[in-house]
Amino acid sequence: MPVIEIKNLSKSYRVYQKREGVMASIKGLFHREYKEVHAVNDISLEVEEGEFVAFLGPNGAGKTTTLKLLSGVINPTSGTCSVLGHVPWERKNEYRRRFALVMGQKNQLWWDLPAAESFRLNQHIYGISAEEFNRTRDELTDMLDVTRLLSQPVRELSLGERMKMELIAALLHKPDVLFLDEPTIGLDVIAQHKIQQFLKHYQETQNNTILLTSHYMKDISALCKRVVIIAGGEIYHDGSLEEIVDRFSSHKIVTLQMANDRSLEGLQNLPNVISVEAPKIKFRVDREDVGQTLGEILGLHDVDDIVVEDPPLEDVIASAFSDAAEQQKSQQETIEASSP
Amino acid sequence: MSQAIPVAEQSLSLMQRARIWWTFFQVAINERLVYRGDFMIGTLMRFLPTLTQIFLWWAIYDVVAQSGSDSIASYRYGDMVAYYLMVTIARAFSSMPGLTSGIANQVRNGEVKKFLIQPIDMQGCLLVQRIAHKLVYYLIATLPFALVFFLCRDFFIDGWPSTEVTIVFFASLILTFLLGFFMESAIGLISFWFLEVTSLTFIYMLMNFLLSGHMFPLELLPESPINVRGFVEFLPFKYLAYFPAAVFLGKVEGPEMYRGLAIEASWVLFFIIISRIMWIRGVKRYSGYGG
Repeated sequence: MPVIEIKNLSKSYRVYQKREGVMASIKGLFHREYKEVHAVNDISLEVEEGEFVAFLGPNGAGKTTTLKLLSGVINPTSGTCSVLGHVPWERKNEYRRRFALVMGQKNQLWWDLPAAESFRLNQHIYGISAEEFNRTRDELTDMLDVTRLLSQPVRELSLGERMKMELIAALLHKPDVLFLDEPTIGLDVIAQHKIQQFLKHYQETQNNTILLTSHYMKDISALCKRVVIIAGGEIYHDGSLEEIVDRFSSHKIVTLQMANDRSLEGLQNLPNVISVEAPKIKFRVDREDVGQTLGEILGLHDVDDIVVEDPPLEDVIASAFSDAAEQQKSQQETIEASSP
Repeated sequence: MSQAIPVAEQSLSLMQRARIWWTFFQVAINERLVYRGDFMIGTLMRFLPTLTQIFLWWAIYDVVAQSGSDSIASYRYGDMVAYYLMVTIARAFSSMPGLTSGIANQVRNGEVKKFLIQPIDMQGCLLVQRIAHKLVYYLIATLPFALVFFLCRDFFIDGWPSTEVTIVFFASLILTFLLGFFMESAIGLISFWFLEVTSLTFIYMLMNFLLSGHMFPLELLPESPINVRGFVEFLPFKYLAYFPAAVFLGKVEGPEMYRGLAIEASWVLFFIIISRIMWIRGVKRYSGYGG
């Protein structure tokens, strides 16, 4: 049985439309215009135990709304959902003891107190025995290398250190399901890497189910085998990272290291050249033409080394996003065209 | 306030629940001690307005004395000063700095989510936290309070009241703490419907200032042409300052005193229920509209 089961889940908000200007504001006092915003639109999804799933999508795509629905912070407009056999928005304590939500932009620790105090509080909130609490805490602080910071007030910690503490606080009760909303936002590369490594290791040993949203491709490629692309409140793609590359990138990047500067001649005029740093040249080739193109070049030029690779993940995802946006636009147009 | 938590809570033993609140209490105390310097200064400042009141009434009684009287509405000069000192004590229990705005901020910036996600009750947390803050405050404030009362001991013309009155006085202080807490948290919870509650807080403060007896004893309010004095009797405000002071100074006695205590307790119950309903409906609205 899947741990998370979402069926036709939708959430729409009524948003007050305010026009510019004083007159409009005065008018707004008497008559308000509202616009319906479909933050999440008819989403269906199943996640099995032990999966590490990434939610990808442009800002405002509905990723955070989905996490909020799953953690029971908001009620849906329609549709059903079950996590660990519970309906999240009933907010039963049995459910609340078994999951955790970490938001990279929100602080859940006591600002003026050492993290150790917040941990102790969580110990009692979640009813963790002293022995187990000590073991888990020591393990986690050790893994994240923050043991020496335990007794320092949270406000004095750096952003990265604080994020680590937030993670520990959320993991003390060993949640079966973990929702991570941009856990590495604003962190430097080293801290990001450290948290990625930690999450990977943690998930492998605990085999819990994790849903993650992030804008950093590094997070996703390091952690998640399965990627769900959400755009405009709808699921646009659900599959492995490789599938995304296959589906959304029509070309490969070829880098040639020529024997000498002279052998470059004639190649500069190729279509889709990305960069030329003699005696090196980089260009884009359609997937199906790679073999043919390389064959032709090798026949005519002196080549020392060849690298053929997929375009950077960022580019692929960007093209997937714009693809999704276009598809939605055309859908909307058909709807508008069909309605009088 | 755990009885309003859904049935699932029953799986927690009473002992475990006590542990949660006890830890919460300790953590809140520790947090409060971070600001002890700020507290010390704040306490002394509390007496500054009282000092100006003492001088003002001194001048007024001087004028009154010229017409051959020594009291206004049964208050002699000493009673009046004693009244202000006792009101300061009552308000040390009933005033809740930062409670309304704190709740409003948590709703606005989404911190309130914590209480939807974690198996813990927001109002319970705030109450335990407030008790901890108050206790730390009393601990630190005892010295300056004792000093001021020692210096002003002669204003208490009738001396220390009977044991019975003293007990009722302390009971009224505990109730005034609860009343202030639940009233202000109800106002704070309005932020689930209107994001901005500053103006409401201001109105509340104004009403509190005028109608609680904070500014002057309620006996001075006019009874004609409009019976303001009688009107104030029906409001909860007078229990925030006037009532405990009046009990201590013997302005309300006997059955009247017990009746007042009972009404005060009823107001506390009323606001517990109101704020509880507001929390439940507010969360419903919050989760329905956004978050």
